[in-house]
Amino acid sequence: MSIWEYANPKKFIATTTPLVPWVLGVAIACLVVGLVWGFFLTPDDFRQGSTVKIIYLHVPAALMAINAWFMMLAMSLIWLVRRHHVSALAARAAAPVGIVMTLIALITGAIWGQPMWGTWWAWDPRLTSFLILFLFYLGYMALWEAIEDPDTAADLTSVLCIVGSVFAVLSRYAVNFWNQGLHQGTSIPVATGERTISDVFFVPLLICMVGFGLLFLALVLIRTQTEIRVRRIRALEIRMRS
Amino acid sequence: MIPDLGNYAVEVMSAYVLSILLLVAIVAVSLRRGRKVRGQLVKIEARKESANV
Repeated sequence: MSIWEYANPKKFIATTTPLVPWVLGVAIACLVVGLVWGFFLTPDDFRQGSTVKIIYLHVPAALMAINAWFMMLAMSLIWLVRRHHVSALAARAAAPVGIVMTLIALITGAIWGQPMWGTWWAWDPRLTSFLILFLFYLGYMALWEAIEDPDTAADLTSVLCIVGSVFAVLSRYAVNFWNQGLHQGTSIPVATGERTISDVFFVPLLICMVGFGLLFLALVLIRTQTEIRVRRIRALEIRMRS
Repeated sequence: MIPDLGNYAVEVMSAYVLSILLLVAIVAVSLRRGRKVRGQLVKIEARKESANV
């Protein structure tokens, strides 16, 4: 069995429909457990006080905002190379979820930054590239709406997605590229595995990250199914008119 | 019930309230639109079936 079988819209819907309630259910359970644990049961940080509780929203949202764009990039490349409609529709479906994650990361970052840095916003490399990523999300969604022909829209949004990936990469690695700015580097370096965050904070954070990831997956599946059905409605309407 | 958030109660509470509102909104919008489109498709397929008969 090939993975490309799932590029068949009927097969995609048949396979994902029974999965969606489970993925959504586990996502909500993880979010409730992680956020309740983080908010009610973790201590204040010795330097940041209770603002450390914002980490359970800010970090998973930022992580998903960037990863959502990478997922859109993968789907866009599949569309450009193999012309599978489901992949283009999955990229389109992911954008509104990605922009909500980006907005949460920007809002919670500003709220956290004010008491810690003394400012809501700074033109720091990481923050600036994240803001540009947000604008790319807006542009991407606007472009899908602006072009009537779906294949042309998929082509142009795919190219925009490739260009925007520069800012998705910068959002994550700007701190490493330019050793300046207010934003700190990662506390959970995947490559070295040397965490600078205590388990007291890390365990609920990990649960929240899993929750945000699964929520993203569930929403993308739901929204991709919807986009497939919209496409089918349009095709049927055209066929019935002619 | 709510833990003592000290001087940062407004910041922490507003971060949680705004984020949860946004998450609930995207879930609600996605589910609602999905249900609406599914209903439309069922109707249009039924219309097509009856036209074919």
